[in-house]
Parts: sequence; structure tokens; C-alpha cells
Amino acid sequence: MDKRIACHCCDLLHEVRPLPPGGVALCARCGAILYRYKRNPLDRTLALALTGLILFIVANTFPFLAIEKAGLTRKMTLATGIFELYREEVYLVAALVALTTLLLPLVELCALLYVFAPLRLGRRPRLLAPVWRVMARVRAWSMMEVFMLGILVSLVKLASMATIVPGVAVYAFGALIVVLTAAFAAIDPHLVWEALENR
Amino acid sequence: MALTAKEAGLAACHVCNRLIPVGELAATGHRCPRCGAGVHGRKTDSLARCWALVLAAVIFYFPANLLPMTHTGFLGKVQSDTIMSGVLYFFASGSWPIALVIFIASVFVPLLKLLVLAYLLISVQRRSHWRPAERTRLYRMTEIIGRWSMVDIYVVTILVALVKLGALANIEAGPAAPHFALVVVLTMFAAMAFDPRLIWDRMGEESKDLSHHRVTENTEKSVY
Repeated sequence: MDKRIACHCCDLLHEVRPLPPGGVALCARCGAILYRYKRNPLDRTLALALTGLILFIVANTFPFLAIEKAGLTRKMTLATGIFELYREEVYLVAALVALTTLLLPLVELCALLYVFAPLRLGRRPRLLAPVWRVMARVRAWSMMEVFMLGILVSLVKLASMATIVPGVAVYAFGALIVVLTAAFAAIDPHLVWEALENR
Repeated sequence: MALTAKEAGLAACHVCNRLIPVGELAATGHRCPRCGAGVHGRKTDSLARCWALVLAAVIFYFPANLLPMTHTGFLGKVQSDTIMSGVLYFFASGSWPIALVIFIASVFVPLLKLLVLAYLLISVQRRSHWRPAERTRLYRMTEIIGRWSMVDIYVVTILVALVKLGALANIEAGPAAPHFALVVVLTMFAAMAFDPRLIWDRMGEESKDLSHHRVTENTEKSVY
């Protein structure tokens, strides 16, 4: 395997060397992160991805937020917002919200499990290359953490107008963001590249 | 090693970082032999695509900010709010942290991103040699912060879903919402289309220019 890596930001060539625990390799010219030391990457990624899938199910089945005003109560799940936008014929926004907060995070979780469960068992998943490519593309468009900020802003916006009660799903959603970020941080891409080389 | 992949005659795969000799690209159909992703030495038509996306985003930036984002019905009265009127409302009512969050995410960041991308494009086209490391960092920042502009779209989504209390209170999405969503998506695509390695390619040209200059100076000196 080629022991060199080109910086994705400025194209400078570097030699790949093993890092000490906690180490980070930075580009010598522009300072971009080239790669990091990973501890126990397969177990960690897989455990976090499984946790994430459970949290995803909780976050999407239980009520998200409830509004109470003058004896009236209205609950919403994550899908309610998308459905209401669709009903009001703001299709573009409905599709974008559905993709960035529901579908793509699910795709990411499934892709993580599909890639790392077999690798942990010492096998190579059959569609490793295309699934890995999809994962790399999807990452930028999965925006759950931005949605979380949106929840906070909405809470403050509505605080003067009515009582807002956060549901179980909000906490599951918050945990899911942390878990999914940690799962991606735990990945050691070199293991995947090696598996791709040995086909 | 002070050599770029390009100078070494190599192209790096965006997905798996594998280095491929440029001469072998045509034989593999510009595909990475390891992961199958499309490989090009530099992003194809980076400057043209980035300019097109930036200009499209600029066009949508106006309706996104001038049209109402939400229509709020409260006890029979209907009020339409643009992004800025929402910011001003929260600023006036004392919740300035929330006013600041909305202003930064919805007005400042998209505008800043368009200005930074336009600047980076012009600097690359004018073959600027000025502070390449700082310009690369500027690019990385725009790439990271761009997604946070989506926050206003999500706020509208949550408001629209929650505030459906019949005659008492009702919020509907306004025409600015799809335009604003387009601004965010287009600026994200624009940032992805820009290739920061072009900044450094110009630096490589500089060193060759300089060495060329030195040679001519030397020959002139030898004449004297």
C-alpha cells in the first residue's frame, strides 16, 4: 500500500507514519488535519453505531415537543414538521428537512453498521466501496446538530406565547447527535482502505 | 518532502486518499482503483462552477431576506415576519442572545460566505500570492460554518408544526422559506465546488516565476 498521503487542502505530499496515542498529523504547509490516532476503532465505531440506531428509533417514535396554551395541547414528532410543510405546499423545504434530519442520518447509521459489523468479524462487506463512497458524500448534508440549535431557538421564540414541554424524543435526539459524531470520529479510515485493497 | 501530489504527477482520490499516477487516470476511466470514486487532479471546472453557484445564491439572497419567512395568526390578527423583522423583534423585546443567533446564522453567515467565496475566487483568478495559509483557513471556515445557516429553516419547521392551535394561534411558512433554503444549499454546493489547492498551485507558479526572474537577472549581471 502507498505510504504517502496528499493534503486535501493544499496537495502537499506527506509520508504516513504511525502516531502516538492521542496524536494528530497536521499538514506541514497549511495546517489541515491529515489523520488521527484511533484507539480500538472497530469496536468503538460499531458500538456507537448500534447505540445510534436505537436512539434514532426512540427519537422518531416518541413525541418531540408539546405546546400548551389555554387548555389546548398539541404534540409533534420529528415527522410532523415535515408533514405540515408538505401540506402547506412548501415542498422544497419539506424535502430538505426530511433529507437533512431524517433520511440521511438513517443512511449514515445503516452504512456504518453495514461497513463495520462485517469488518469486526473479519469479513469484507460485498458493497464496501459504493457504501463507503455514499457515506463520504452524505456526511455534509446530515445536519441534526443544526436542527438541535433550531429547537433551542424555537423554544425561546415560543416561550412568551405558550408553554412548551420537551418530550423524550428531544433527549434521544440530543444523545444521537453526540453518539453519531463520536461514531464518525472513532472510524479509522486506514482499516477500510486496507480492506478495499485486499479484494 | 516539499512536493505536491500534482508536481509528483499524482492525483489523490477525494474519498479514500489513494494516490494515482495522472498517466493512469485515462486507463481507469478517471475512477479510483481502490474505491471507485471519480478522480481528477483538481476538481473539474472548479472556478466556473463555484462562480455560477455563488451568483445563483446571491440572486436568491434578496427574496430570502425581503419576503416574509412566517405568517403568524394570533387571535384573528395575521402578522408577516421577514428574517430581519424577527431579529429586530427579539432585540426590542430584550432577548438579544436569540436575536444575535438568528442574525448571525441567517443574515451574517450567508452574506459572509458569499463574500469570502467571491474573494477567494478572485484571488485565485488574479493569481494572488498573498497569505495562502490564511486563505486556506478562510476556506475551511466557510466550509464548516455554512451548514449552521439552516437553523432558520428548522425553526420555521418546528413553529409550523407546533403552533397549529386553530383560531387561537397559527403559524404558516412564508415565501422566503424556500428561497432561503436555496441560498443555504447553493452556498454549500459552492463551497464544495471550490478547490483550495488552486490557491497553492498559484504559489508553485510563483516559485517558478521567481527562479526565472533570478536567471534573467543573473544573465543581465553577467553582461555587465
